Amino acid sequence: MFECKKYSAEQIKKLESTAREVRRLIIKMLAKAESGHPGGSLSAADIMTCLYFEVLRHDPKKPQWPDRDRFHLSKGHCCPVWYAVLAKNGYFPIEKLWTLRQLGSMLQGHPDRRTPGVDVASGSLGQGLSVALGMALAGKMDKKDYRVYCLLGDGEIQEGNIWEAAMAASHFKCDNLCAILDYNRYQIDGRVDDIMNLEPIQAKWQAFGWYTIEIDGHNIAQILSAFEEAKTIKEKPSIIIAHTIKGKGVSFMENVVDFHGRPPTKEEETRALEELKD
Amino acid sequence: MFYARDIYGQTLVELGKKNPDIVVLDADLSGSTRTKLFAKEFPNRFFNFGVAEQNMAATAAGLASCGKIVFISTFAMFATGRAWDQVRNTVCYNNFNIKIVASHAGISVGPDGASHQAVEDIAIMRAIPNITIVVPCDGPETKEAVIAAANTPGPFYIRLGRAKVPTLENKKTFKLGKGYVLEDGNDASIIACGMMVKYAQEAAELLKKEGISARVINIHTIKPLDNQIIIQAAKETKGIVVCEEHAVVGGLASALDDIVLENHPVKVLRVGIKNRFGQSGEIEELFKEYNLTTKDIVKTVKEVLR
Repeated sequence: MFECKKYSAEQIKKLESTAREVRRLIIKMLAKAESGHPGGSLSAADIMTCLYFEVLRHDPKKPQWPDRDRFHLSKGHCCPVWYAVLAKNGYFPIEKLWTLRQLGSMLQGHPDRRTPGVDVASGSLGQGLSVALGMALAGKMDKKDYRVYCLLGDGEIQEGNIWEAAMAASHFKCDNLCAILDYNRYQIDGRVDDIMNLEPIQAKWQAFGWYTIEIDGHNIAQILSAFEEAKTIKEKPSIIIAHTIKGKGVSFMENVVDFHGRPPTKEEETRALEELKD
Repeated sequence: MFYARDIYGQTLVELGKKNPDIVVLDADLSGSTRTKLFAKEFPNRFFNFGVAEQNMAATAAGLASCGKIVFISTFAMFATGRAWDQVRNTVCYNNFNIKIVASHAGISVGPDGASHQAVEDIAIMRAIPNITIVVPCDGPETKEAVIAAANTPGPFYIRLGRAKVPTLENKKTFKLGKGYVLEDGNDASIIACGMMVKYAQEAAELLKKEGISARVINIHTIKPLDNQIIIQAAKETKGIVVCEEHAVVGGLASALDDIVLENHPVKVLRVGIKNRFGQSGEIEELFKEYNLTTKDIVKTVKEVLR
């Protein structure tokens, strides 16, 4: 059993508070834009907070630093959570968040390279794991020690391209690649189990040659520990299967499929922000 | 006579020696596309993805985001068709330095038949912004196109055939985005790309004997198209015949029509594949069956002048 002793209770508490702030930004951003995807952004908020405030080796002042760890958001529609952590890190001013989805904005409806911190666009599902694989292969080729992280959606992995990439990443022994599955169990049309069942999910990834770690995707200590554990795995890629709740943090959005792609109204925004108060 | 794909493989090796950033990917057809020559020389910069073209195209984007110049190769059918979404959203939308060099385009694939004969590839690539499309006419032009692609940032689609093709005479210096006149003439213009350039030249010879002076233009770069040479042909000759080993929908003829219509409308007729799939057969039989021969060009030039 892997044991992670790196983080203090205080550090974890601080990250929990940051994650709440990230959620508040997501709600405000989407209410202002009057369109976008809150459910999967909120379910990934704790994972993304851990990545951008603790795990990633990066420098917001030098987004193109060649030795940076790479992050790629394969489930591109959940970019509000990415934009929130990028802005909070200083990649661009927080005020830019209020331009989400507007004509000419650097914050497009799905990730685009015009946003500082975004290396590759995404949005058409199922292609991101391949993109991350390419980054991992480049790192190996250049003998660099950066790591590559890729966040996948659960509905998304119904795409065949994901499994082509899964096969290749283990074939090429990409131990510098770590995928995270945001397993919130909902997709636009309903419950993943009903639309197109993914189970047994862990066995699938193991059969494709991946090291798997299952966690509660809202438990900061477990998330941090999983990333540390993945770093110790050699000769194969890792995937963190994070069990999450769609819409996590806002009671009336949790497990409500309608909030996959519907923004909060003004009134809902007020209620959500009240619940997310620090 | 050369196989364009032999030239491609050899050129990749030359480029690989000069530039350590060149990386080559293939999808289980490295013997056919000749990327195996590069694989042998630079095993650490070559990746075979197996029969998984979508993964190959999207992985190329990840590599390109880290500064690599990525060549990806397979048959034209799969490079453009199977992986179209990846090429559109992940290669071209990001405007990455990725060069799709596909072999086995057109019906000259021969006996393998329709499933392997891409005759829509130019159409579906041409619709995507950012991409440059080149259809070389012979071995030496293939080399020039591949070198130009390596030295020019952004996505490329280079379309190669399977068959051995003769090296053309009277060629001018290759310049990306610029067509050139192979034979001058002022009755009609024959504008062609790829294998059809040779037939266009032969047709002009035959027409000359009948007193018809045909201008032959090699238009290797389909996108961006050389508007100037086309407008000039429209103004200086009485009609244009466009020849391509591709569907008449969406390819060179369609691209050319837009330019002619907007600038100097003249009669344009097409020698190409007319709303049909390919089929098995030897190249000569197929070219006859699909009306792509020298004779067909001669006939169409007479029609355009009628």
